[in-house]
Amino acid sequence: MPSIKELAKRKEKFVSGHRLCPGCGAGVVARLVMNAIDKPVVVGCATGCLEVSSTIFPYSSWDTPFIHSAFENAAATVSGVETAYRSLKKQGKIDKDVVFVAFGGDGGTYDIGLQSLSGAAERGHKMLYVCYNNQAYMNTGIQRSSATPKGASTTTSPAGKVIPGKIQFSKDIMGIMIAHNIPYAAQTIPGRWNDITNKVEKAINTDGFSFINVLSPCRLGWPHKPEIAMEITRLAVETCFWPLYEVIDGKYKLNYKPKEKKPIIEWLKIQGRFAHLLKPGNEKIIEGIQQEVDRRWENLLKKCESSV
Amino acid sequence: MPSLKKVTKTGNEVFAEAMRQINPDVVAAYPITPATEIVQIFSQFVADGLVKTEYIAVESEHSAMSACIGSSAAGARTMTGTSAQGLALMWEMLYIAAGLKLPIIMAVVNRALSAPINIHCDHSDTMGARDSGWIQIYSENVQEAYDNLIQAVRIAEHPDVRLPVMATTDGFILSHCLEVAEILNDSDVQSFVGIPPERPTVLDFDKPITLGALDLQDYYFEHRRQIAEAMTRSIKVINDIADKYAKLSGRKYEFFEKYQLDDAEYAIVLIGSTAGTAKDVVDKLRSQGKKVGLLKIRVFRPFDYMKVRQTLENIKVIGVMDRADGLNAYCGPLYTEICTSLYESEKKPALANYIYGLGGREVKEQDIETIFDDLFKIGKEGKTVTTKYIGVR
Repeated sequence: MPSIKELAKRKEKFVSGHRLCPGCGAGVVARLVMNAIDKPVVVGCATGCLEVSSTIFPYSSWDTPFIHSAFENAAATVSGVETAYRSLKKQGKIDKDVVFVAFGGDGGTYDIGLQSLSGAAERGHKMLYVCYNNQAYMNTGIQRSSATPKGASTTTSPAGKVIPGKIQFSKDIMGIMIAHNIPYAAQTIPGRWNDITNKVEKAINTDGFSFINVLSPCRLGWPHKPEIAMEITRLAVETCFWPLYEVIDGKYKLNYKPKEKKPIIEWLKIQGRFAHLLKPGNEKIIEGIQQEVDRRWENLLKKCESSV
Repeated sequence: MPSLKKVTKTGNEVFAEAMRQINPDVVAAYPITPATEIVQIFSQFVADGLVKTEYIAVESEHSAMSACIGSSAAGARTMTGTSAQGLALMWEMLYIAAGLKLPIIMAVVNRALSAPINIHCDHSDTMGARDSGWIQIYSENVQEAYDNLIQAVRIAEHPDVRLPVMATTDGFILSHCLEVAEILNDSDVQSFVGIPPERPTVLDFDKPITLGALDLQDYYFEHRRQIAEAMTRSIKVINDIADKYAKLSGRKYEFFEKYQLDDAEYAIVLIGSTAGTAKDVVDKLRSQGKKVGLLKIRVFRPFDYMKVRQTLENIKVIGVMDRADGLNAYCGPLYTEICTSLYESEKKPALANYIYGLGGREVKEQDIETIFDDLFKIGKEGKTVTTKYIGVR
């Protein structure tokens, strides 16, 4: 893995001038992912914050070939580019070693794009799919997705007098992707540059489809102070809400175990979308969230242990 | 004249055969009745190593067109095939394929749209895609289907056009019926389609492009205008390529085919396989001394309004047969175009609209004779009629 000095010297492929919000995770994710790839790379992107903010014609933040077609089909679109590349390479019309990356938000990955993602994963295209997961439809104005955590207030799961925000826990997209028997799947955060860089490097050197789920803070939707964007992702790891792990050829590996697991309330209380849960009378909901975080964490630990 | 081979094949078989001879870089497709055979046969060509094509067996038509978009954006010659609901599921991506100026070539087998679910022929699927920016070429028979798909490659890729093209056949009537057709040599098809002209691609790392950027109020309109201009320019290109194809095959295609039309007083205008039946009726009525004729529309998008006007304005009464309903409380989609074509004419022939053959309902010679009788009556009484449904209970 390159040192941070080496990374800093690399030619940026996701460059400044985009119009993402200050404190947005998506731009940091895109920059870190692109910096980790030291080869010619084609990027595809689902409709969403990252795409609309980085490609406002006639400007582009992508100093590498980029394609966007629609919302639900980043995986299918990039699978087409990758197949064309294989065809042209076989015919001797291109000789470069090229990397293919698709970015999708959680809506474009967990919900509307799930079918296209599943299809591309099953077919085994050699590409990396990165979900920059800000846990709601932020681009359209903070609507709930199946990645939205329980209790979060969004514009379509608002906290009201009788319903306390989103009722359901988030979908287990990692479990779904791992069930496709893809050679590489990982979960990471932009708040640990070495973790994400290492995982992207592994993913693009995997012979087949790879998937990385990245927690991407949204200062408008969560909302949080812009300056704590990276810190908030690290806190998600420390509370075991967002464990850092990878699954290589079906084998689970935990990349980081907090010395002392922090209670989930530490993570909830710094975000506006959970503010209503802190009011008296909602203790049971927080307790329920803690139980689910614990259950998922214990499950993961078991899988990691049995993979040794 | 290069040597030609006579074969007996179905519409689906000649589409697959044309695809084998075109030998595209990538095909991404999903099965759907009655187009399934095209991709089945083609998959076998891939499995047997008869083509260089990389085949993507996608999980839906939406992904089929999405993958075609990615592939074409990468500079690969890209083809697919579909029908009805499959085309409907592609809807969103049809507009994007055209909007990104990607020369994708698609074999479509025309079939009714649900509901009620029905697998048989009408034109409601492609008529719904008429404003998507795709060039549309319809076929009367298996021979035309083969010829249209080969020409589609050159039309789509022409630097003045760069728009996707769909070539269609009537579901089951052509897709599953054996007809005799002349097939060109592989090498002649290869030299006709040639090497695709260069265009910007997402595999160019020296000049990286951002494709599919966000266009706001300041640029969207100009870019849409460019698509409209490409469609207008395609009229000349389609004719030029038809000339070149005629030199190769001996078969010359126009935007439409005139049959006994030059001195006709009564005429039918229609699209697709029903033209064959209509020609027999025209012959029969001609033998009775009646001045009748037929205009078969082959290229529906772009629509050559000027030529259609010049061709039809001297007719006394015209019956437009639509194999799709506009559901606009007035008329079918072809009628709208014919009406528009004739508006500027000072002669203004009388017009009537007939919706027929929905969901594969058979159309017989007798039905077409009934329409001509209707046209004669309109000619005599001078009364126009509202849209009529033919062959419906």
